[in-house]
Amino acid sequence: MKKFSKIYTALIILFMYVPILTLILFSFNDGKTTVWKGFTLRWYADLFKDSQIISSLWNTLLIALLASLFATVLGTMAAIGINNFKGKKKILLQNAGNIEILTPDIVTGVALMLMFTLLGTALHFKMGFITVLLAHITFCTPYVVLNVLPRIRHMDYAVYEAALDLGCNQWQAFRKVVIHELMPGMFSGFLMSFTFSMDDFVITYFTRGSSFQTLSIQIYSMTHQRISPKINALSALMFVAVLILMIIINIKDKNQEKRKV
Amino acid sequence: MAEAKNDIIVSLRDIFVEFEGEVILNHINLDIRDKEFLTILGPSGCGKTTTLRIIGGFLEPKEGTVNFEGKKINGLPPYKRNVNTVFQKYSLFPHLNVFENIAFGMRIKKLPKNEIKKRVKEMLSIVDLKGYEKRSVSKLSGGQQQRVAIARALVCDPKVLLLDEPLGALDLKLRKNMQWELKQIQQKTDTAFVYVTHDQEEALTMSDTVVVMNNGVIEQIGTPADVYNEPVNAFVADFIGEANIINGTMIDDCRVRILGEELECVDKGFGQNTPVDIVIRPEDIEVVKPEEAKLKGEVTEVVFKGVHYEMTVMCKGCEWIIHSTKCEPVGTTIGMKVIPFNIQIMNKMFLAEKNTFYADVISSDKENNTITVKVEDCEFEIENRYFEEGTRLEISLPPSALSIAGDGVGHIDDVYIESVIFKGEHNEIILESDEQKWLMQSYVDEQVATYVPLKFDFTKAEFKIAEGKNET
Amino acid sequence: MKLKRPSIPYIIWMVVFTMIPLLLILFSAFTDRNGTFSLEAFSKAFGYFDVFLRSLWIAFISTLICLILAYPIAYIMSRQKRNVQNALTMIIMIPMWMNFLLRIYAWLTLLQNGGPVDTMLSFLGIHTTLLGNQGAVILGMVYEYLPFMVLPLYSVMAKIDNGLIEAAEDLGSNKIKVMRKVVFPLSIPGIVSGITMVFVPSASTFLVAQYLGGVDDIMIGDVIDRIFWSDQNTGSAIALILMVAILIFLIILNFFGDEEAIAQ
Repeated sequence: MKKFSKIYTALIILFMYVPILTLILFSFNDGKTTVWKGFTLRWYADLFKDSQIISSLWNTLLIALLASLFATVLGTMAAIGINNFKGKKKILLQNAGNIEILTPDIVTGVALMLMFTLLGTALHFKMGFITVLLAHITFCTPYVVLNVLPRIRHMDYAVYEAALDLGCNQWQAFRKVVIHELMPGMFSGFLMSFTFSMDDFVITYFTRGSSFQTLSIQIYSMTHQRISPKINALSALMFVAVLILMIIINIKDKNQEKRKV
Repeated sequence: MAEAKNDIIVSLRDIFVEFEGEVILNHINLDIRDKEFLTILGPSGCGKTTTLRIIGGFLEPKEGTVNFEGKKINGLPPYKRNVNTVFQKYSLFPHLNVFENIAFGMRIKKLPKNEIKKRVKEMLSIVDLKGYEKRSVSKLSGGQQQRVAIARALVCDPKVLLLDEPLGALDLKLRKNMQWELKQIQQKTDTAFVYVTHDQEEALTMSDTVVVMNNGVIEQIGTPADVYNEPVNAFVADFIGEANIINGTMIDDCRVRILGEELECVDKGFGQNTPVDIVIRPEDIEVVKPEEAKLKGEVTEVVFKGVHYEMTVMCKGCEWIIHSTKCEPVGTTIGMKVIPFNIQIMNKMFLAEKNTFYADVISSDKENNTITVKVEDCEFEIENRYFEEGTRLEISLPPSALSIAGDGVGHIDDVYIESVIFKGEHNEIILESDEQKWLMQSYVDEQVATYVPLKFDFTKAEFKIAEGKNET
Repeated sequence: MKLKRPSIPYIIWMVVFTMIPLLLILFSAFTDRNGTFSLEAFSKAFGYFDVFLRSLWIAFISTLICLILAYPIAYIMSRQKRNVQNALTMIIMIPMWMNFLLRIYAWLTLLQNGGPVDTMLSFLGIHTTLLGNQGAVILGMVYEYLPFMVLPLYSVMAKIDNGLIEAAEDLGSNKIKVMRKVVFPLSIPGIVSGITMVFVPSASTFLVAQYLGGVDDIMIGDVIDRIFWSDQNTGSAIALILMVAILIFLIILNFFGDEEAIAQ
């Protein structure tokens, strides 16, 4: 049984990582095909010289940062409000967020595109940075609500009252006490938003208009042509970035747990 | 006790609170004097925490005024009141250390740094936590957290400190220690404490004034000795300390009949032949030879309690508890002597020999000899009775004909249990339905402050046709 | 803190950016190019009925394979020491956080003619085309969504107390019985959310089939993508049907989950 567990776990991990590691391996291949022609770093050099990719990267980061910040504020406020509703209204509001989460990305994408096109013709604007940002805030916010709501529910309400009792007005009590209680939920909501926004292709694809580029869109056009090994280099870099991010989060979590004990 | 008239800090006048149709506080009045230790005592759900929240400013009463040093403070938010609270679960700020928790209020007021430092230090020494400044509050024990919570509130120099069952979460030994310490802190800081608890022993040992609450009303206000020795009714007597509570009749001033025996007492002004409740504390009964006392009984149980023996004595079907340093073996017949001063006479909480109520006959069936009646929106059948449809009946039932439906199916649903008092042979239970109060006798212990279905035994009922047909 | 007002911006936002767009889809599906009521879009949409069925079929098979693969690994993970559990969770999560196009592209590289897998098979004397068939699409799907099945299953199973399993063994259950009588019933909520998280995106996905499948393997997501740019009405109708189909599926699934939970 023990042996089976180990072998099975190893096989699953192999299945998950072999494709990624293959890409990373070929990112060092001095040839355009999957035949090994010797070690090189030139694809990495090419990647950094590609101004389009670099600007797409900035766009992606900017959108992800703005969308997740905005979503965190909007979602935290929403969670506080929703928590004070009762009965059916509360359930309805909670489910409103779930609709957004459960709607297939492609439907959200085309629906937003439909609206932005209509608004665009009415108000004379073209889809681009702003519409992508609005779309990203829309699909990120429910995740923040989902993360913050349980924190509020489990928060000792008397802590807020204690702050009022000690001379805080409502805003001070929120800023000095409540926000600290909600912080872990807000942080994980922010992180989720950030990664979902970074990773999103489908919704960006439909709401970006004709010229706005993000990394996903860039990868799409590159993979469509299936030629440039620059993609391999990009994959390797993104993998390392994800790895570092995960390690940072894990360390942070561990520290938090330690502080709790 | 402080008797001066002008030292009242907080006064509640005619406070009425209702929540979702349920009355929580029913027009209460309460004064809190400077520097006193006042305890609000009562079972859970009696409205004591609500009273505290009204003083603290966390809840607005529906009616009535809250005065602070003579000024009306209704609507003033908590942060503008010179009153601080120690919360039930302490509610320390988990992201701040001990020092910053205590300094919190002064930081909000933007006091100079060195003053904050000085006052936190002072406070820490008062609550006996010197050297704990840098500790994280989550690493403190329950008792230490408790003391930080007290220090955090007291450092704001409030006129009144409100404490909401602060010792509830501590174990027995720590509780005893903290009781003593709280009293010390109160005396050191010269602050009025308003202390909420359901523990009568806590209330008696710490307080200058005890306020006994039940069902949203104040039953009695007095010194611990007052409420113990001279309870105003059976509820207070039962809730505070151990007591023998028996039904009796006041024959005349200073003469009372208990279990058929006439005894001398010191109370006056109850009228003649008035049914009353009588309380005799177990330690006030002297065990004598049978021929030396009017009340005699057989010892049925003896338990050694360390300082004294607790004896259970059966006297004319009634159970008595006696605390005595002498031990009489089980089976002996003893005499029970009580000096007149120790017989405390109280008015009945709810005076009724019978429960009388009105019922409208909404349909009748002559063949089966049954009628269907409606009482307080509840409809049910009564067998072996016949009255014409549309008749308004007056039904009387003795307390023994009432019971709580164990299977959940009663004649009247959701009746509130207001009090349960053991009267020697049975429990006397006062119930309240939408329109009236009911008196019930039961051999079963019921849970106070719950809603239950009430059932009637109509074989013991008296039926009368009420004057004036079917008003509704 | 007792205020409801802070949720107003969110409510407005959700109405404007979720409700209205979805209503626009509804409106667009039932009208023609000129905005008058018409069922033409639906009649066109039904021309893609076979694609529709194929998408649901592929999604179903992928979900099933994910469940079969994920169930043992989730259980194995849940019975490890705390730190091993955390490490394994992270290992499962990392690929999930890679860009999804890159993950498909990785398979494209692996399976292409002359690619590593093809080369290896050639050594063994097997000559076959690995790409351009439904099998490749399903493989890509499973790879794409396996973590979404493992994680909810694991999080439910991790809550099953070891004592409970030992108690069942103590009461005379063998390993299979323990699985059937204890672990399986308790893991049902995880199965339900795992199926939801795999089925919904895989039924609606696009590009996977375009990359890994043949011309005949395109899925409904690809159709929406292709049509929407030229004919919004038909695109809306297909999107609407897709959404309703998924909604019905979710309702049935949740109904099952509830039934099972009550039966326990």
